[in-house]
Amino acid sequence: MPLAVPYIDISDLTGIRGGRVLFRGLSFRVETGRALSLEGANGSGKTSLLRMLAGFLAPAEGAIRFGDVADGEERGKFVGWLGHHDAVKAQMSVRENLDFFAQLYASEAGDTLDALGLARLAELPGQYLSAGQKKRVALARLKLTKRPLWLMDEPLASLDAAGKKIAADLVAAHCAGGGIAVVATHEPLGIDCDRLVLA
Amino acid sequence: MSALLLRDIRLAARAGGSAMLALAFFASVATLVPLGVGPDLALLARIAGGVLWIAAVLAALLALDRLFQADFEDGSLDMIALSPLSLESVAAAKIAAHWLTTGLPLALLSPLLAVLFGVKTIAALFVSLLVGTPAVSAIGAVGAGLTMSIRRGGLILPLIVLPLLAPAVIFGAGAAVGSAGALPLLGAFSFAACVLSPFATAAAVRLNLGS
Repeated sequence: MPLAVPYIDISDLTGIRGGRVLFRGLSFRVETGRALSLEGANGSGKTSLLRMLAGFLAPAEGAIRFGDVADGEERGKFVGWLGHHDAVKAQMSVRENLDFFAQLYASEAGDTLDALGLARLAELPGQYLSAGQKKRVALARLKLTKRPLWLMDEPLASLDAAGKKIAADLVAAHCAGGGIAVVATHEPLGIDCDRLVLA
Repeated sequence: MSALLLRDIRLAARAGGSAMLALAFFASVATLVPLGVGPDLALLARIAGGVLWIAAVLAALLALDRLFQADFEDGSLDMIALSPLSLESVAAAKIAAHWLTTGLPLALLSPLLAVLFGVKTIAALFVSLLVGTPAVSAIGAVGAGLTMSIRRGGLILPLIVLPLLAPAVIFGAGAAVGSAGALPLLGAFSFAACVLSPFATAAAVRLNLGS
């Protein structure tokens, strides 16, 4: 891993969306090697919190620091993002989709296709993939970014049982390798992790 | 940066892409005008520069609304924004890809259409489109960045972009008929637009990512 995040520290964070207060005075800390399961009802602000961590959204109040890095755009350079949308181009094959992001992130696709059980689909255009298969492509892409901090929005949604196991193992292996993962989820991840419930 | 440029060119060239669409639109408008105006070749030759320039600008606009919107809607733009590439470089790559898939083909097609209009200054028309269309892509990108999160933003985009493109059309249509001094002004306008637009576009994209 080229860069490392020693810890995430969030202090006194207030999130407001559309004039509605999502959370106020939120403080927590995630140490390196740990996964945080971010839970809460629909609309409780999980996605907004992830977008704040990634630096897309500015918090109304409070501070986010990755080690000693506080600036939003600087923080983004540590982030591996698995968003709510799959970001798989319908007109490009699975391999082209992954190769593009591998180049963009100055990384290489390597054996990530095999690891996610996608080897057979490599030449298939994105438009023929099922929701679960797209999620697997998104997980493969997250892995090849080689970023130390993974921010994941519902990574288990639409995956089958085998896919959920693969996703959970990926997160566990990432954390064991000195990474951090913050995972917004409605389902138990099935790995050793801290929990934060947004009210 | 080249990875993004190549990907956008590839997407524009494939099914559902906008490259052929712009060309076909340009050719259709240029063919319709003589039908509407009538077979007065002297008149057609006189208005050809302006007509072809306006047709080229509208054709280029056709492909602009999806410049950022497609990547914004499917989540790709989040991933691109978090990559080591700065948003200014992302904007520059997208502008270049747009010009290479619309502006350049439009300029290349223009001599053929100029013959239909009986234009004498075919070379001047071609050069004016070649020099001026980068400004259309560059200024259009600012509008595309601003409207990417709006549903049917493609309808608002021309309202933002067309007034800003008036200088390009004025100098471009002038240069197309070989007016003295129009081409240097067009070149200066195009150059300034290409240099400044990536910064304005990046700011617009940043605004929308945080919305």
